[in-house]
Amino acid sequence: MKWLVLILSLLVTPTFAVQPDEMLNDPALEARARSLSEGLRCPVCRNESIDESNADISRDLRLLLRERLVTGDTDEEAVQYLVDRYGTYILLKPRVEGANLLLWIAAPLMLIIAGGVAFVSVRSRATAGGADPLSAEEQARIDEIMQRDP
Amino acid sequence: MIVELGHFALILAALVGVVQMIVPLWGAHKGWRGWMAMAHPAATTQFALMAFSFLALTYAFVVSDFSVRLVFANSHSAKPMLYKISGVWGNHEGSMLLWLLILTLFGACAAWFGGNLPRSLQARVLAVQAAVSVAFYAFILFTSNPFERLEFPPFDGRDLNPLLQDPGLAFHPPFLYLGYVGLSMAFSFAIAALLEGRVDAAWGRWVRPWTLAAWVFLTIGIALGSWWAYYELGWGGFWFWDPVENASFMPWLLAAALLHSAIVVEKRESLKAWTILLAILAFGFSLLGTFIVRSGVLTSVHAFANDPERGVFILAILGVFVGGGLLLFAWRATAMEAKGVFGMVSRETALVTNNVLLAVSCFVVFVGTIWPLVVELASARSMWQVGGSLIENPFYTMGLFSKPEQVSVGPPFFNAAFTPFFVALAVILPVGAVLAWKRGSLRRAAAPMLPVAGLAIALGALAFALQTGRSAMGPVGVVLGVWVVGGAAMDLWLRTGRGAMGNRLSRLRRLPRADWGKFTAHAGLGITIFAIAALMAWEDEDIRVAQVGDRWDVGIHSIQLNSVDNVDGPNYFAERADMTVFRNGREVGHLYPEKRTYPVAGMPTTEAGIRNGVLRDVYVVLGDAQSAGGWAVRSYIKPFANWIWGGAILMALGGFISLSDRRLRVAAGAARRKPEGVPAE
Repeated sequence: MKWLVLILSLLVTPTFAVQPDEMLNDPALEARARSLSEGLRCPVCRNESIDESNADISRDLRLLLRERLVTGDTDEEAVQYLVDRYGTYILLKPRVEGANLLLWIAAPLMLIIAGGVAFVSVRSRATAGGADPLSAEEQARIDEIMQRDP
Repeated sequence: MIVELGHFALILAALVGVVQMIVPLWGAHKGWRGWMAMAHPAATTQFALMAFSFLALTYAFVVSDFSVRLVFANSHSAKPMLYKISGVWGNHEGSMLLWLLILTLFGACAAWFGGNLPRSLQARVLAVQAAVSVAFYAFILFTSNPFERLEFPPFDGRDLNPLLQDPGLAFHPPFLYLGYVGLSMAFSFAIAALLEGRVDAAWGRWVRPWTLAAWVFLTIGIALGSWWAYYELGWGGFWFWDPVENASFMPWLLAAALLHSAIVVEKRESLKAWTILLAILAFGFSLLGTFIVRSGVLTSVHAFANDPERGVFILAILGVFVGGGLLLFAWRATAMEAKGVFGMVSRETALVTNNVLLAVSCFVVFVGTIWPLVVELASARSMWQVGGSLIENPFYTMGLFSKPEQVSVGPPFFNAAFTPFFVALAVILPVGAVLAWKRGSLRRAAAPMLPVAGLAIALGALAFALQTGRSAMGPVGVVLGVWVVGGAAMDLWLRTGRGAMGNRLSRLRRLPRADWGKFTAHAGLGITIFAIAALMAWEDEDIRVAQVGDRWDVGIHSIQLNSVDNVDGPNYFAERADMTVFRNGREVGHLYPEKRTYPVAGMPTTEAGIRNGVLRDVYVVLGDAQSAGGWAVRSYIKPFANWIWGGAILMALGGFISLSDRRLRVAAGAARRKPEGVPAE
């Protein structure tokens, strides 16, 4: 993470992001703006949302987003408005569509494959050998032995 | 002169490495004892030379010898001594030197403490270890020489990045490297075992301590970095899913998987091939992390294409070792016959599930990290330049892309895609950890956990009732945390067997340290899971312009801005605010957040004012002065923040406790002692 720092340091000036003068008076609307801007990428930074970034363009985007919300856009409409102008690049969470489908199904697919391979190999091993399970009688006897205080 | 001697020692170490890579390997192949025995002094010599080389560079930093390019670029005469020293590894070249120092240290340890290893196995391990170090010697000598001199030495240096001038970060890279490089031992053992064609319980017992140690160091390194980000970057974030963080997280996940599967090899002589594969992959991810971070490929594909020398070199190292390792694996793995059989419901199966979940979660991180790169490359242009000729981009013909595209994969993706796997892991952990080896009964394992589950759900419900109208994340975190911690405690208690309470208590004290280690590490995991959920769900935030004298509320706290003054540090000047913190109207202390400017590096940084508490941190950041008067101020209440790193420390501590277990100490080559008996008095 030292490397993170080296790179971050070029791009993050660690003063803060959302300035008091940008914030909306309506707390509900402001909360929506905050949560939306956490999912929007600062176009000129590395892996920073516009909520964290203090690049000028991020400020513009934050203000634009708030303007749209104030004019009555839904969350989706406001985000779409920005995406239309800045591209899907600004979405920190790629939409489940097009080539990005691969990104989203990669993990579940891997889980199914890995789980399947593990299951098959464990089952073949389980059936390949091993003693018969204990009968109820044997189990009861073992339980009785185990109950004795050592 | 000393610098040149360091350079010379580095070259000598590289030559010794070449010898150590070839002679013992050939000796092991032919069964020649003398050739095998060569590995031992060679490993020691390599380490001694590297230590000298590293000290030489450190000396240049300590005396601020600005005729050395690296010192000039990363140091300054006015810098405090601690940061002069940490400046040695606070840059690319120096950090690669540290990497090699640690690599040769591990090699030397395998030579010193590996006396009870089969002779040929030890020779092969040391040869593979030397091969890895030779690759890095070549990398450092040909692309990243730290000893380069400047023809006209300047009067003073450019200073280390001020963000790096921090005690938490001074020790972050060494720990991380101990972890990364520690995994090279697992790799060397895996390759040696494949060459040897034999994996047995003794092999598992040998690999486990090294992997465990590497994992412990990775845990500490990651936790230090996360803690540093929390207090230094200025908004209290602790994990950003940044590619460079992911680069250290992926080996951590695989190392966790590896140290669990090595248990199965050791105790049950099963899962051998899988464990070998994991060992190769875990080190592969260490190298991949190095590539990701060192090549600049993530900043931009084009930046990488313009200056590809280092990146291509690391990619070649990655290709040779991981590719070669995997080929060898494909060729020899079938020779690894499993001895132990186990049923569908057994501890082995639980550990297989653990491995599947950890490996897949690592895969999620991997895919998310490289996805922007893949899309950029695949959609680059309609023609690809391959060698000298142009070919049509196959992804266009497939219809996947119609124009060059760029995507971002950030925290929202990782939170959504990664979290389910860790939740699943936490859910199965307590039951899986008490299943019987070989053939278990789910009902028997789950029965003692029922009270724990009841407690977890009850506390979760309580949290839900107390937190009016917030997301379900907090209560879910409580349930998972209590379930994992309580499960770990129940596991420990079950180990005491049956009988009267007094007997069990005295047995509890005498349990092997491995059991205590397991308890501590699992409990640490539970605490961290809980703390992350709690911090994300229950944080309070306030952003405002404050005038001197203003007082405002954040949760049950209120904060008052008393004054803002100018203060000077050794190599910076700052504006420092004095703030009073009140809880429930009563004064509890002062905070002094700062805004610093480092004139040499020309960079502003913030020093947050943090009041650490057991249940919550009060976290205040001073922002810019406003033109209309007053100061921008951000204040947060961060509940259970310290528990995140507390949990991580417990995990690392659990690893250490396990390492100190007699079985592992003996395996790792500590002097054999007689079995510990009851004291005679």
